Amino acid sequence: MNLQTTNPQPKNARAHAPLDRGWAGVVLRMLRRHTLLRHTLLAVVAVVALAYLTGAVSPYRDLQIAHMAYIVCAAAGLTVLTGLGGQISLGHGAFMAIGAYTTALVLNHWAWPLAAVLLAAVTVTAVAGFIVGVAAARLHGPYLAGATLALAVGLPGLVSYEPVTGLLGGQNGLSVSPSPPPLALGETFPLERWQAWISCLCAVIVMWLLANLTHSRLGRSLPATRDDEIAAALSGIRVARVRIITSVVAAACAGLGGGLLAVVTTLAAPGAFPLTLSLQLVAAVVLGGLGSLAGAVWGSVVLVLVPNWASDPDASAHLPHNVASNLPALIFGTVLIVVTLLFPRGMQGGFRWVGRQVKRRLTERTG
Amino acid sequence: MKRPGVLRTLAVLVATALTATACGGGDGEGGGQSGGSSAPGVTATTVTIGSHQPLTGPAAPGYSANSAASKAYFDYINESGGINGRKIVYKVVDDVYNPTQTVDVVHRLVLQDKVFAIFNGLGTPTHTKVLDYLNAQRVPDLFVASGCGCWDQPKKNPYTFGWQPDYIREGKILGQFIKEKYADKKVAYFYQNDDFGQDGLKGLDKYVPASQVAARQSYQPGGTDVGAQAQAIAQSKADVVVLFTIPTYTALFRLAALKLNYKPQIIVSNVGSDPITLTGLLESYAKKGGTELEGNPLIQGIITNSYLPAPGAKDNTWTELFRKIHAKYIPNLPFNGNIIYGMSAAYTFAQALKAAGQNPTRKGLVDALENSKFTGPGLVPFAYSKDSHSGYTGAQIGRIKGTSVVVEGQPLVTDAGDGPIQPSTVQQPQAPANGVPTG
Amino acid sequence: MVEFVNLTLSGITSGMVYAAVALALVLIWRATRIVNFAQGGMLMLTTFLAWSVIDRGGSYWVALAVALIAGLALGAIVERIVIRPVENKPPLNAVIVTLGLLVVLQAVAGMIWGGQPRSYPPAFTIQGFKLGETGLLLSPFDLFVIGAVAVVMVALILLFRRTDLGLKLRASAFAPEVARLLGVRVGRMLTLGWALAAVVGSLAGVLIAPSVFVGPNQFDAVLVFGFTAAVIGGLDSPVGAVVGGLVLGCALSYVTGYISSDIVTLGALAALITVLMVRPNGLFATSAGRRV
Repeated sequence: MNLQTTNPQPKNARAHAPLDRGWAGVVLRMLRRHTLLRHTLLAVVAVVALAYLTGAVSPYRDLQIAHMAYIVCAAAGLTVLTGLGGQISLGHGAFMAIGAYTTALVLNHWAWPLAAVLLAAVTVTAVAGFIVGVAAARLHGPYLAGATLALAVGLPGLVSYEPVTGLLGGQNGLSVSPSPPPLALGETFPLERWQAWISCLCAVIVMWLLANLTHSRLGRSLPATRDDEIAAALSGIRVARVRIITSVVAAACAGLGGGLLAVVTTLAAPGAFPLTLSLQLVAAVVLGGLGSLAGAVWGSVVLVLVPNWASDPDASAHLPHNVASNLPALIFGTVLIVVTLLFPRGMQGGFRWVGRQVKRRLTERTG
Repeated sequence: MKRPGVLRTLAVLVATALTATACGGGDGEGGGQSGGSSAPGVTATTVTIGSHQPLTGPAAPGYSANSAASKAYFDYINESGGINGRKIVYKVVDDVYNPTQTVDVVHRLVLQDKVFAIFNGLGTPTHTKVLDYLNAQRVPDLFVASGCGCWDQPKKNPYTFGWQPDYIREGKILGQFIKEKYADKKVAYFYQNDDFGQDGLKGLDKYVPASQVAARQSYQPGGTDVGAQAQAIAQSKADVVVLFTIPTYTALFRLAALKLNYKPQIIVSNVGSDPITLTGLLESYAKKGGTELEGNPLIQGIITNSYLPAPGAKDNTWTELFRKIHAKYIPNLPFNGNIIYGMSAAYTFAQALKAAGQNPTRKGLVDALENSKFTGPGLVPFAYSKDSHSGYTGAQIGRIKGTSVVVEGQPLVTDAGDGPIQPSTVQQPQAPANGVPTG
Repeated sequence: MVEFVNLTLSGITSGMVYAAVALALVLIWRATRIVNFAQGGMLMLTTFLAWSVIDRGGSYWVALAVALIAGLALGAIVERIVIRPVENKPPLNAVIVTLGLLVVLQAVAGMIWGGQPRSYPPAFTIQGFKLGETGLLLSPFDLFVIGAVAVVMVALILLFRRTDLGLKLRASAFAPEVARLLGVRVGRMLTLGWALAAVVGSLAGVLIAPSVFVGPNQFDAVLVFGFTAAVIGGLDSPVGAVVGGLVLGCALSYVTGYISSDIVTLGALAALITVLMVRPNGLFATSAGRRV
């Protein structure tokens, strides 16, 4: 009876085609067997690709890539929590807010090096995630959804509360001085590219860590706690502990995402963390493909690019004011509905389906 | 997660890269200048400017009309030949009043659309987050749509200019009025708890003695009803209630007072006192009265401060001009204070662009403003100079009568500090016959 | 004392409003196990339609009827077109679809009616009763709101407990396969559940409109607090929805009155957490044990 997420993942029925033998085959087989090695290699490839990409595009696209990357951090954490762990959080934006405010405060007051600042953001948010995880350990389905939603709505209100307004800057929030690129990169190195580098590097690290985590014993026990809590408990999984750890991990990722948001957009303000943000994160996770880390990336890309593309002022210049103003929202809402209806397993699920179809055709033709 | 997922996970990053490259392809340097232009965003026939506005979302009510009005005025100018032969292209992007999106939108306008200037960007929490960026990039940041005193820092932010009077000035002028007219009455404040309300109260407190203030109640926009605050104010038995509120909350407070049968003299700062908007919000409660009065009985006699002509003003050439433009370009939007605001700001921009000369540069625009002596739709002069980037320097006390604000006494000017309040010496001019600034 | 009375009255009135939204959410939850985030958008749209009727000179009651009928139709259409395909999919898919629908509905309303909120008349005067010299935060219109929501609650309880239709509705939601074998037309029941919920939502919209105005985003807060109220009460119980609404309404009112209006949303969080700590499935959870 619960609003539990059921497993959207099909069993891996892919039959390995007899691949090429020789050294390439050896390498491939080794990569299949050694997860850590595989993930590391892919992470390195990703870093190289992103470094190339960020250098090839305009500064504004760099900024957008930076936006996507910090959303990937938060969404990937949410994928583990919701997609694999089955815990619905409609309040993940609150953790991003905590991360962003921690970053802004530490940067403004102590001016630590960036890595230390982000680590502080992660730590503080992880503690918050622990508290929320303990408080919510007994909650399920819509009740958990309601509690986390109330958190997302309630937390930003704190900034206006008299005793802390001075520290947190009230409704205006805090401005952060941008972290300039190191001089070693040259004086004309664009700030946006540097921000994209920081953001993307963190996103790759998060993906690497989470990919390994999901392959660990803890990770493998997650779907068990999601699908059948009692059976999981009977088979020796300490359900409450697993759930709290997941909550901490997801919060820490969102905290890093929030910290990066503060670095990239040079701000931490209550208006930056509306309920909409939390809901968009869930949308990213579901659109991309619930339970799939790759899906978190797809979802984040959609989340950043679609509204941006839809709100081109040139395209709607001839429309009446009220229509032009609301058109981007209409497009975004329609995309949410249509993608969810067409690809119930998200975009990643859709790609897999397409991939399977193509493969079947190919094997039919050759065989 | 199963293996293919992970294999693809990071492969996806690469694919993302390709997507973004594809998207980013043509636009990198595409918006570059063709030869002969004096500055980014300026061509032989056009000047492109941009703005961030809350067009949708909880903060949109009212404000979403500002940019439509500015655009209508620019369209009007363009039809009469533009400014120095150039048409003004006005690009407005929605930021939903979310600072993160403001940052994104402003980068997009500056980097991608290569705008000449940012015009009338709305909001304190939003626009404060792009101040540093715009000034570092030396992009003129004209006429920020907010009454924060923070726009006036010519040393730190040489490219940023305010436009509307700051909330402290408004508070001071209203405070002095209360001190003179309601010296022995109890006063209560109801305010939006952000820089708007807080600065307004700072101004009020400079004139109204603390002993006279019986209650201070605040609200957060988008929250719940204001019954609790209204009842606290009613219980304090204040004779005068000063509101630093947006129109919706002016109306909500008015309704709560009606419910409590509480009848204080209400004073509302400019932002929340547009009689047309209030009449609309309280329309259903006026019809109950039976008699067809002009205007809404619930708002008659509300005292406010004005710095622009009222939309309902009769025999004002500016209101007539704006009404004409409104009827031609945006007849479907209600003709209210937001329309006057948007068109007046656009008028000031046209003045500045004209003053910047035949071949405007970004620096030239800023210099022109610093050396300007613009008079325009406003009732009071601007402060623009080398040392001040403040906009309108004061306001005039007025009273809602019918669907208009009838001003009384003289226009007053002051500063945002402890300076005195003085009568303005500058007269509001007549609107130019063709509606285009002459210089 | 006056303060306490007035804060309580204010809390009860706004609580009943949250309860009205909560009732609509509870109905849909009972019918299809979906939390309908589009509820705020749906009731916004029907209230706008009612507003149009009044704006063209129609009476309050005609407008109310229009809102309810439009709600009935909208609920059925929404269920048939966008909800049916996700009913047997992961629950989060339904959440995203309803969120998308909310965004679409708000955008459509913004396109048609613009962003400026409109005035909506109350059924009766909002001038409050007086206790001697002091004005009370309670008006004839408030009594109408409280009464209307109470009537809806009782009607829903009777529907579910005493009627054949209610039994079919419940069976279709809890055990669709069994219900189908027993000859219940499950699909129709689900559509009917959504339609009924939308009617309740439309009523809520018309009741709330005078105090929040009518605009694309004017009902956002009410939806959030309505959902919170439903969770506090336990999503399965109409009585819970109303009690949840009252608890929340009073909590918010006291926080505003005695502490600060700035942390009123934190008050909602505190109320919710307190209740869920003691009763993880809401105050009026029907089953103690959790069915997996």
